[in-house]
Amino acid sequence: MAERSFAKEVQHLRMGDGELFRGEGILAVTKALLQSGVSYVGGYQGAPISHLMDVLSDAQNILGELNVHFEASASEASAAAMLAASVNYPLRGAVTWKSTVGTNVASDALANVASSGVKGGALIIIGEDYGEGSSIMQERSHAFAMKSQIWLLDPRPNLPSIVEAVERGFELSEASNTPVMLELRIRACHVSGSFTAKDNITPSFTLSDAMENPTRDYSRVVLPPSSFVHEIEKVEQRWPAAIDYIKKHKLNEFLGGHKGKVGIIVQGGLYNSLIRALELNGLADSFGETDIPIYCLNVTYPPIKDEVKGFCLDKKAVLMIEEGQPEYIEQSFNTILRNADIQTKIIGKEMLPRAGEYTGQVLQEAIRKFIEAYAPKWLRHAPSLPVAQLTAEEKLSVAQTVPQRPAGFCTGCPERPVFSAMKLVQKDIGEFHVSCDIGCHLFSILPPFDIGNTTMGYGLGWAGASALNADASQRTVSIMGDGGFWHNGLTSGVGNAVFNKNDNVLVIIDNGYAAATGGQDILSSRPGNKTKSTNNPIAKAVRGIGVEWLREVNTYNVGEMRKVLKDAMTTAVKGPKVIVAQSECMLNRQRREKPIRAKAIKDGKRVVRTRYGVDPDTCTGDHSCIRISGCPSLTIRDNPDPLRDDPVAWVNNDCVGCGVCGENAHAAILCPSFFRAELIYNPSFWDTLMARIRGEVIAFFQKRDDKRRAKYSFGTAL
Amino acid sequence: MTGSPSFKIAITAIGGQGGGVLADWIVKLGERSGYIAQSTSVPGVAQRTGATVYYVELFSEDAARSKGKSPVLALMPVPGDVDIVIAAELMEAGRAVMRGFVTQQTTLIASSHRDYAIAEKITMSDGRQDADSIQSAAEKSAGRFIQANMAEAAASANAVISAVLFGVLAGSGALPINRENFEATIRAAGHSVESNLRGFEKGFSIAESASLLEERSPAEKSIDGQPSPSVIPLLDRLKDGFPPATHFILKEGLKRTVDFQDVKYAHLYLDHLEKILTADCANGGEAKNWRLTQATGKHLALWMTYDDAIRVADLKTRANRFVRFREDVCAEENQIVHVSEYLHPRVEEVCDILPAGGSSVILKSATLKKSIGAVLGKGKRVSTTKLRGFLMLRFMASLRFARRASYRFKLEEQRSNDWLELILSLTPRNYELACEVAALQRLIKGYGDTRERGLANYKHIIAVIERVKTQADPENVLSRLCDAALHDENGASLHAAIDRLQYELNAAE
Repeated sequence: MAERSFAKEVQHLRMGDGELFRGEGILAVTKALLQSGVSYVGGYQGAPISHLMDVLSDAQNILGELNVHFEASASEASAAAMLAASVNYPLRGAVTWKSTVGTNVASDALANVASSGVKGGALIIIGEDYGEGSSIMQERSHAFAMKSQIWLLDPRPNLPSIVEAVERGFELSEASNTPVMLELRIRACHVSGSFTAKDNITPSFTLSDAMENPTRDYSRVVLPPSSFVHEIEKVEQRWPAAIDYIKKHKLNEFLGGHKGKVGIIVQGGLYNSLIRALELNGLADSFGETDIPIYCLNVTYPPIKDEVKGFCLDKKAVLMIEEGQPEYIEQSFNTILRNADIQTKIIGKEMLPRAGEYTGQVLQEAIRKFIEAYAPKWLRHAPSLPVAQLTAEEKLSVAQTVPQRPAGFCTGCPERPVFSAMKLVQKDIGEFHVSCDIGCHLFSILPPFDIGNTTMGYGLGWAGASALNADASQRTVSIMGDGGFWHNGLTSGVGNAVFNKNDNVLVIIDNGYAAATGGQDILSSRPGNKTKSTNNPIAKAVRGIGVEWLREVNTYNVGEMRKVLKDAMTTAVKGPKVIVAQSECMLNRQRREKPIRAKAIKDGKRVVRTRYGVDPDTCTGDHSCIRISGCPSLTIRDNPDPLRDDPVAWVNNDCVGCGVCGENAHAAILCPSFFRAELIYNPSFWDTLMARIRGEVIAFFQKRDDKRRAKYSFGTAL
Repeated sequence: MTGSPSFKIAITAIGGQGGGVLADWIVKLGERSGYIAQSTSVPGVAQRTGATVYYVELFSEDAARSKGKSPVLALMPVPGDVDIVIAAELMEAGRAVMRGFVTQQTTLIASSHRDYAIAEKITMSDGRQDADSIQSAAEKSAGRFIQANMAEAAASANAVISAVLFGVLAGSGALPINRENFEATIRAAGHSVESNLRGFEKGFSIAESASLLEERSPAEKSIDGQPSPSVIPLLDRLKDGFPPATHFILKEGLKRTVDFQDVKYAHLYLDHLEKILTADCANGGEAKNWRLTQATGKHLALWMTYDDAIRVADLKTRANRFVRFREDVCAEENQIVHVSEYLHPRVEEVCDILPAGGSSVILKSATLKKSIGAVLGKGKRVSTTKLRGFLMLRFMASLRFARRASYRFKLEEQRSNDWLELILSLTPRNYELACEVAALQRLIKGYGDTRERGLANYKHIIAVIERVKTQADPENVLSRLCDAALHDENGASLHAAIDRLQYELNAAE
């Protein structure tokens, strides 16, 4: 079950012609796929396209009605390979993932499908995870489009444009027998808005038709001599066909004015930021009306020579707004102008930053510079923006005071105790090399754990330590999540270690979901799933592939975790050692259990809720407990003791009662301040009776003690 | 419609605070009130405790209609071009100021509560950032600044903080939209409607009287009564023998020592301090507000009331603690709450409370240590609200009568006496340095390994005190050593600082 349920929103997917569809960008893409008569959809979740997968997953009924097959693919490679169905058959298919990381994984299949060419429209929807909020290396997907010859759409970030890009994308793909990539930036995926819906289309040629009437065409298989023919087809047939289609249907837009010696070329996805930047320079109004000519690239690959030449011909200089590096578009446009002997200057990275996101502020400054240099008279009406009345010193003081907020494990996260235990083991046997993977567990590299050396990609945790397999007095530890394990880690990590007789340790964090991407189900998820096969244990797969030293541990038991990890690090047994550390993702668990508990309490059933606390009068404010935990609900507050200055630890009301702070206090022998509280709702007769007896006896002693202490009271006066 | 056709609203929050809910409400509110609305966000890793910004633009439908075109709305805030900033936490308001979102055109609505960042929480002393500087910067930058503890207001209404912030937005009048539409938005969302409307109401009144709420401080609990006769001699000694500036701290010290042991022990506390006061007096303490007496009084009290098992058991079984833990865990009235303690007594903790002779024998014998350790076993959970656990702890607390004979008592007495001697010997030569030495006691805190680490650091510093004395500004050197000791757990900074001190001295020689 994913982090967010779209059960309500998916009903909008049934909307028919003329109805107004409201929602976020990624939901609009889903609707556009159905309006385009798609036959199959696949993908691998990851921000910013996780919601697309979650929506589809929640929309299985509607997909069924339309004969659409949906697959939550095992990896992006599996998803990309799905597109093979469009090679021989007139089937429209779409796949989606987070890019560039997902595109890296998918690129083998992508290169093959791009070489074969497609008969049915093949659309690849990529969430370009670049700039603020990104969690990955900063690269461009553009390079993949160029190397495999896949067309790249980058529509303006509003719902009608995005929906049109989906529909046109399929047509372009079919017109040029080439797969098409649709790039959506993070904010465009989550932008809210509306568009006028059309009816959904049930494909006339179905998947069953294809299975029952198989056709094969040897010339579509990527093997010599066809592979050589494919390359020629790409340049001689598919490329020109695409250019024709793009020109004919005006996929790129000429906006703004038509006169003047300067112009702006912009990637479609950056159009709104450009207009705001122009507006703030007094060069456009809120509706995008401007005298400056704009060439808006809703298709960023391939370049359309005639359009580029036509736009540039009468201009002294054009500003090229192309985010990221290398500046592929700028380079190709310069080649086009050079070959045509057109002297227009293309000003790109010369005035814009070479790296980093092109925010409104970046564009605003670049445009001011550009216009100042090439059309200064236009800047006469530039308004000045209000600023904060702060001195440089005050600004600096604010910047130094506002703390960083690195991402961290959620309250009650079952992964936290694994790293608490690891810190304790390092205290026992010394530091060791830790190879990390992709997933929530990667937060171990941040404070307070500061554990981990490298991360080489999803599922590649153990492979990332495979070189460090020499005779040594200390072993290495690798981490892998269950998501990464099923994505490829079973073979690339575990199989690789077995085959190469690795003598090191792998900890698989088995929290039951692909938690970092939004809690999607995977092969080893435990709660039932109507449409997928779950409950396939990791341990079974690990044994099956040949690992003999295998332990399964409950993560919340810090002491046990520490013992098993120390065993694995110090045992005389040679060969790969795998620890499966299990406990359900707390976000998912809370989502499942909270409503059940609330209902039980309401229904008058006996319920015990556990949570934790710290006694301020025994806490001395050293915060060791926080350093080996980092739980958001374990925080600090003023020390009530007038003789002590340092804040004391306390557990706030977000506590979900996982018990790790208490377990840590035991395992690390910290302090006696932690306590566990069990709150009883709807107590039984026995509960009430015992509570009364205990209460009476305890109160008897406490009253006596209070009386004794009263004899030594200092009162309030001095 | 008059005035600006558009509003640009940035919401700065911490992942998990529900900023998305608020952004959603504002979009729905706009759509209900004649605006074209657009929101964007950058979820992803920020959702897991990171800082994040939600951005909403509202554009008048009338203005769009009269133009016959759709507006082009931006996907991210531009510094200097934000009308309303809503910060769900104080430092996030600071972050908005830092990023330039807050200007004279901006209405800044901020919750003044703190949600501490990990770096603030993990320091070994007090790592909290200065909230006042953020407040004054926000006050100075914003056209209008409305702040209140909205987390508290939300908790009291059992609502989400977004509901309170939404209420403040309504009450602030920063948007020309009436209250009914705000409330209808919450109702239409259909989630926890009652409690969120209560939260909204609180927010609305905060905006109406923002300053009033700030001034109300939690009422002092009035503890009734005159001092009891048994402690009057102590108070008389304090009043007659010590300058008024020291009374507050020293009275706390007296309370603590009496509470820890008995009146006699508190007299001992004053005996020690009289000597300190004499030295303080002789060395111009009056002009320094009796800093030496205050510092020593504070830390001597802590030293004399060390946390042994007797003390912990005593504090854990008190009636007021039973009241407090119910509050801490937000128990309902009359709800049954069972509490169990995480205790992990080791041989050392047992020896602490045994008679000195016995403990010395045990601690010297590896076999004895091992066998006692085996009996103690692993950590235990003791249920204080059940009879067995309560009576056991109470028995432990009652051992107080024998504490003076215990191993730990003698040990701490010896250590604190040495420390007092050192302070007294330093005072005539360097008053400031003596004060710093007095404050060094703060390194020794916690239990078990934590305490041993602190004690070791203390000893390292005391060991180089002779060298520190020869420095040009010994008190600053000492205070830097103290900071270094509190910098990291493994003592790396302290060792580096001590090494540098030695090196500088050698070089000077």
